[in-house]
Amino acid sequence: MNYEEKLQNITVLGAAGKMGSGILLLTAVEMADLQLKPENHSRDFALNAIDVSPAALTGLYGFLKTQVRKIAEKKVGLLRSVYKDNKDLIENGEIIDQYIDDVLKIVHTSTSIESAYDSGLIFEAIIENSDLKVKLIKQILANNNNDPWFFTNTSSVPINELDTDANINGKILGFHFYNPPAVQRLVELIVTDNTNKELIDFAHEYAKKLRKTIVPSNDKAGFIGNGHFMRDILFGIKQAESLMNEMSFTEAVYAVNKVSQDFMIRPMGIFQLMDYVGLDVCQKIMIVMKPRLNENDLQSDLIDKLNSLNVKGGQNSDGSQKAGILSYKKGRVVAVYDPEKKDYVKIDDFKDKADKMLGSLPTTHQPWKSVIGNKGKDKVLTEYFNELKGMDTLGSKLTRDYVINSKNIGLKLVADKVTDKEDHVNTVMLTGFFHAYGPINNYFS
Amino acid sequence: MKRKIYMTAGYNTISLGTGRKEFHPKKPRPGIEHYIKEAGQATLKMINGAKNVDEGVVGNFMASRFVKQGHLGAFMPMIDESLRYKPSLRVEGACASGGISLISGIKSILSESADVVLSLGVEVQNSVKAIYGADVLAGAGWFQDRKDGHAYFFPGQFSNRAGVYYEKYGRDKARKAFAIWYKNAIENARLCPTAQEYDNKTDDLEKVGLTEPNPRSFTDHLNVFDCSKVSDGASAIAVLSEEGLKKVGVPKSEAVEVVGFSLKVDNLTEQPEDSTKLKTAQLAAKEALDNAGITINDVATIEVHDCFTVAGILMVEALGLAKPGEGTDFVINGNTSRKGKFPMNTTGGLIGWGHPTGGTGVHQAVTIWEQLTGKAGEAQIDIPSDRPYGMTVNMGGDDKTIVAIVYKKTS
Repeated sequence: MNYEEKLQNITVLGAAGKMGSGILLLTAVEMADLQLKPENHSRDFALNAIDVSPAALTGLYGFLKTQVRKIAEKKVGLLRSVYKDNKDLIENGEIIDQYIDDVLKIVHTSTSIESAYDSGLIFEAIIENSDLKVKLIKQILANNNNDPWFFTNTSSVPINELDTDANINGKILGFHFYNPPAVQRLVELIVTDNTNKELIDFAHEYAKKLRKTIVPSNDKAGFIGNGHFMRDILFGIKQAESLMNEMSFTEAVYAVNKVSQDFMIRPMGIFQLMDYVGLDVCQKIMIVMKPRLNENDLQSDLIDKLNSLNVKGGQNSDGSQKAGILSYKKGRVVAVYDPEKKDYVKIDDFKDKADKMLGSLPTTHQPWKSVIGNKGKDKVLTEYFNELKGMDTLGSKLTRDYVINSKNIGLKLVADKVTDKEDHVNTVMLTGFFHAYGPINNYFS
Repeated sequence: MKRKIYMTAGYNTISLGTGRKEFHPKKPRPGIEHYIKEAGQATLKMINGAKNVDEGVVGNFMASRFVKQGHLGAFMPMIDESLRYKPSLRVEGACASGGISLISGIKSILSESADVVLSLGVEVQNSVKAIYGADVLAGAGWFQDRKDGHAYFFPGQFSNRAGVYYEKYGRDKARKAFAIWYKNAIENARLCPTAQEYDNKTDDLEKVGLTEPNPRSFTDHLNVFDCSKVSDGASAIAVLSEEGLKKVGVPKSEAVEVVGFSLKVDNLTEQPEDSTKLKTAQLAAKEALDNAGITINDVATIEVHDCFTVAGILMVEALGLAKPGEGTDFVINGNTSRKGKFPMNTTGGLIGWGHPTGGTGVHQAVTIWEQLTGKAGEAQIDIPSDRPYGMTVNMGGDDKTIVAIVYKKTS
């Protein structure tokens, strides 16, 4: 079966979720672009957007409309040539509106799994619960006569496990997007010895059309991305706890968040990133990883506790950040959650004190935003970390420990054969997490 | 001319858009009525109130699409209560609408139906994203050509002109001249607090100007720095007879005299015969100079319609300052910079000051009035006593409507 035929009927499971909606968007655009080719005008393309929440599916419509408009606005020159034979479409505005219609009419929303029974390819982007994933895959397999392929967006469950438990016989691979899928360039591709070669070829072509960078990961729970991220989180929590002799919990969280953002020149502090991903998602990923990797440390009392208190982070449907361990106002961190008081404590109440304890940033410090696009960033970062090394402040010490630990996590991923190359770890962190530098570096050696 | 005509009391609002500190794409911005009011009231204040104003005229291109507003003439009494029940109209000639507003005033004076005309030009364009703004601005061309045109229609038109010019006269030199034109524009804008590029801090402007055009993201032969930006703004000036000047109590020394003008149009449904020439501009400029009884060599400073850098070079040639193909050298050699023999666009022109389309023609007149009366502040240039003239050339569409005016210093 060729690429275009395979793309004629697709289902996204969990289509209204954070990842599912992004996958749906990119796939809908790719399908519409195919359909708009003259040779495909007579073909039908259908993209089933399945989710358990009707309300979320309604929200999905608005999301798609806004996002497709943005995509169309960026390629209106190309679209003018696509619609060149349609004499009614003259202005950019008319052409963009038509394109939005053409993309949206491919998408059929549904709360019923039956919509997936005609699909040749199913993207699975539901919550990180392997039993549920297996159950849904089995149900589709039992009712679908198209010998369907499964691309799972799981960020933690081993593919061979899903393959065996759902009895898919190699028609599955891991195709793990990063959040948000429309923006992040990275896709982690996970295949097993049993994965059908046709799927792998299709995955590469599809990724290329979506202009994604593929990094292969071996089939170990958590793969490269969460293999690094979850351990990075646990280190951050541990570091915060170690500060609690000299400061309160909320101050310590603020301090480590600041170290892992400003001092480390990362796009977000570690606690903000946890909120961004969702504390519930982090918990579920650890629940998958811990038994499969046999690492008892892959668990956090703090995350479990926050979840039990219904403090979960994640995003609203408009993309804005929900409160988690931190709370936000217009995207800025304004308070830290205190699990004892069960309430948020304003950062303004203790910021000056905590900043003073951390000490100042090195004079050569530049914010992440200006480093990320700088072609000479290696030099900038070397100079920066060299200055930091010579400083005797709490902030510089915490930074050093954090950077070294992050490197050790990276090296462990290679030692544990999650990946064969150190470069892959760095690429994942650079393209999936937007870091300005890979964790496996020599800034502190 | 049948009567002497003067202009005085010029005023420009800021040119709001990307580059200005006040501009934020997601924050609310002043509406078109704000700009009309600010510019109109400022001019009225300088002519001692609205009581002596006989009529008003608003130049505007496409408020009907940019901000869904028509009937701009009737905004006049909003500026001042005493303009109620007086004549007022809106005129349009694409990006030459401002120039036509001036011409309308001049004609009212000449016909002796008015002694004092409040002439305005205004446009608010940031109300839509640039990609949709391109649709609106494309209305300055023939709509039948729109379907096959570039997504950014006018940049596409002038990119085509640039392409032909490259082929005929050499690409490298032309691109260099465009870059110098850009550099002069920004350097001049930095001297004018209302300019859109007033806060531009770029070090190597020539290098930026030389950025290689990228057909995938924009046009074949022009980069974004070759283009004027999207702007909101208004300008106002009073057009008066000698009696009018007395009536409002402004001394002649505070005014400039209009000694020649020309309004010419070409057929909107036809493509230019020679893409390397601005024929209509050439004819209008010549007529205005002939009317004034002078040559271009008598003019101390000129505001030309540089909606694109390539238009700036073609204007230089249309004015007869350089032979075809040599406008590039003329610019590269510094003749049009503020220190050159023919300083052009001394507050930045369309690329540096900004291009609120319907306002531009009036803005050009205001700049010349400022320069000839010594009111240009930091942007002030020397006006040699043997060349006491200034000139504006305002263009609508792709050389389809041209307003050229020659001004003379009064003291």
